[in-house]
Amino acid sequence: MSTTDQDRVDETGPGETWQKVQASPEFAELRRRLRTFVFPMTVLFLVWYLVYVLLADYAHGFMSIKLIGNFNVGLLIGLLQFVSTFLITWLYVRYANRRLDPVADKIRGEIEGGAQ
Amino acid sequence: MRHLAAGVEGSNPTLNIIIFAIFVAITLVIVFRASRNTKTASDYYAAGRSFTGPQNGIAISGDYLSAASFLGIAGAIAINGYDGFLYSIGFLVAWLVALLLVAELLRNTGKFTLGDVVAFRMRQRPVRAAAAVSTLAVSFFYLLAQMAGAGGLVNLLLGIQGDWGQNAVIAVVGVLMILYVLIGGMKGTTWVQIIKAVLLILGALAMTLWVLGKFGFNFSSLLQGAVDRGGASGPALLDPGKQYGKTGTSKLDFLSLGIALVLGTAGLPHVLMRFYTVPTAKDARKSVVWAIVLIGIFYLFTLVLGYGAGALVGPQRINAAPGTTNSAAPLLALELGGPVLLGFISAVAFATILAVVAGLTITASASFAHDVYANVIKKGQVDSKQAEVRVARITALVIGALAIVGGILAKNQNVAFLVALAFAVAASANLPTILYSLFWKRFNTSGALWSMYGGLAITIVLIVFSPAVSGGSKPMIKGVDFHWFPLENPGLVSIPASFLLGFLGAVLSKEYNAKKYAEMEVRSLTGAHAEKATAH
Repeated sequence: MSTTDQDRVDETGPGETWQKVQASPEFAELRRRLRTFVFPMTVLFLVWYLVYVLLADYAHGFMSIKLIGNFNVGLLIGLLQFVSTFLITWLYVRYANRRLDPVADKIRGEIEGGAQ
Repeated sequence: MRHLAAGVEGSNPTLNIIIFAIFVAITLVIVFRASRNTKTASDYYAAGRSFTGPQNGIAISGDYLSAASFLGIAGAIAINGYDGFLYSIGFLVAWLVALLLVAELLRNTGKFTLGDVVAFRMRQRPVRAAAAVSTLAVSFFYLLAQMAGAGGLVNLLLGIQGDWGQNAVIAVVGVLMILYVLIGGMKGTTWVQIIKAVLLILGALAMTLWVLGKFGFNFSSLLQGAVDRGGASGPALLDPGKQYGKTGTSKLDFLSLGIALVLGTAGLPHVLMRFYTVPTAKDARKSVVWAIVLIGIFYLFTLVLGYGAGALVGPQRINAAPGTTNSAAPLLALELGGPVLLGFISAVAFATILAVVAGLTITASASFAHDVYANVIKKGQVDSKQAEVRVARITALVIGALAIVGGILAKNQNVAFLVALAFAVAASANLPTILYSLFWKRFNTSGALWSMYGGLAITIVLIVFSPAVSGGSKPMIKGVDFHWFPLENPGLVSIPASFLLGFLGAVLSKEYNAKKYAEMEVRSLTGAHAEKATAH
């Protein structure tokens, strides 16, 4: 058994290296790609959730409209919250695999390769 | 009161205990096997970071689907109909916050605890102390709710009456949990959660198919069944508002609860700590995806089970049973599969409490040993990692003892508000600081302290002076009324206030560490020099 318990919170290379990477156009692109996806998506799903909560809280008449049999608007919108959650999860994973991971892996390789 | 002594009619307590004992025996063997590889701090706290994404995702759902979300939500839907469904949605959508904003960056930056991340570019000692205080507070509220729930379950499922019988069972649950945590560390605890999650989800799946089969796989006729059985208030089961729609205040309360649910999950320390048990950020992402799918499917099952209990058992029998709403799912199991299925579901419910309290205990003990002992008291100069793990084990023992005593004292109290309190504290004291640290360049020590201590204080004060503690319909303290805050759930006020405090605290202080910020940002986004898995 080989265990390496790494204690390097304070010893990971000189600060200058990190600042150099942080200032590089490559890293700026990675940050831009991450933020342009996760921030709008977060706003979107929080607003959509809030709309749902407010409808369930204050629009009982609308939510009680029956669509098919006993299946009403409230159940439909509730189940759509499940659908949207699954959909956003899938979209994010696809985006992260294609647009984030390759850039992150490249920068990480440069940092860790250069440090050794 | 006659029913209270009898447990659920038709239940076979001996059978329930045997099935539960088999679960305990199997998990203990696994925990012992896991303990053979638990040597270092990284093994004890983070299972050597050796779990795969899917394994960790299953364990997360085992950690997250507590007795409250299984028995509680199914019962709430059976009695209050649509309003019970709203809990599931809040608990599920919350995972998008964890997926998009927290999980991967946290895994890349930290080591064992919440304190690792929020103190990364701050002054270590004060921020770690604050992170430990809020971690211990959230864990303790959550733990107390689970242990008190165990007392109620004993009454409901095992038919054990009398104070001493119930106290003994709470003590047994506590001692088992301490054993899992002390012997197995994070690896043992994780396996307990994985086994429990698989049993819970399979059990719920079987019951869901059974219920749907009884109604010809027609969801609308299932709903009709619940409406018919519900009597005069039956039709209201399908529409929102049965529980929360009564007054303007109760509607605001619902809004407040909804906000705390969706923002609390990504600040729950025992959920956050699970992200450290996988080797890379990409595995943390996979864990969340698995957790979202499993938790989402499980909540769809509870929708069927809740309405199924309403239709096949009926609200009268549920309300007359010990534990009222909590008994809806067990009564449905009895109705469908007789004493054997009830025994299985009862054992799963106990396993649920066991797994959740074990997860909470290891989180709280890690936070005390790693943040308070190693970094605040010893200023990061611990002689050996073994010393830190020893402190963590002693802490787990103390927390376990406190949980047993607390569970016994709280067992007849209405402690449902404790879970809401835990979510509100997590969303107020933890989430703003986590998000600011990860995404806001200008954030600093002062902002973190204002937000964490301020959020914790505001949340606790609002709860103490809320109708949940005194003056409400089911208050914790009866006979007096000192409440002045109208809502039972403080989130609507405490969450925005904590974000604001974090902002003000940060801009009013000039502290800013450009080098540490560069290191944190680059590490969090790229995973460079992230903690690696230990090879065995």
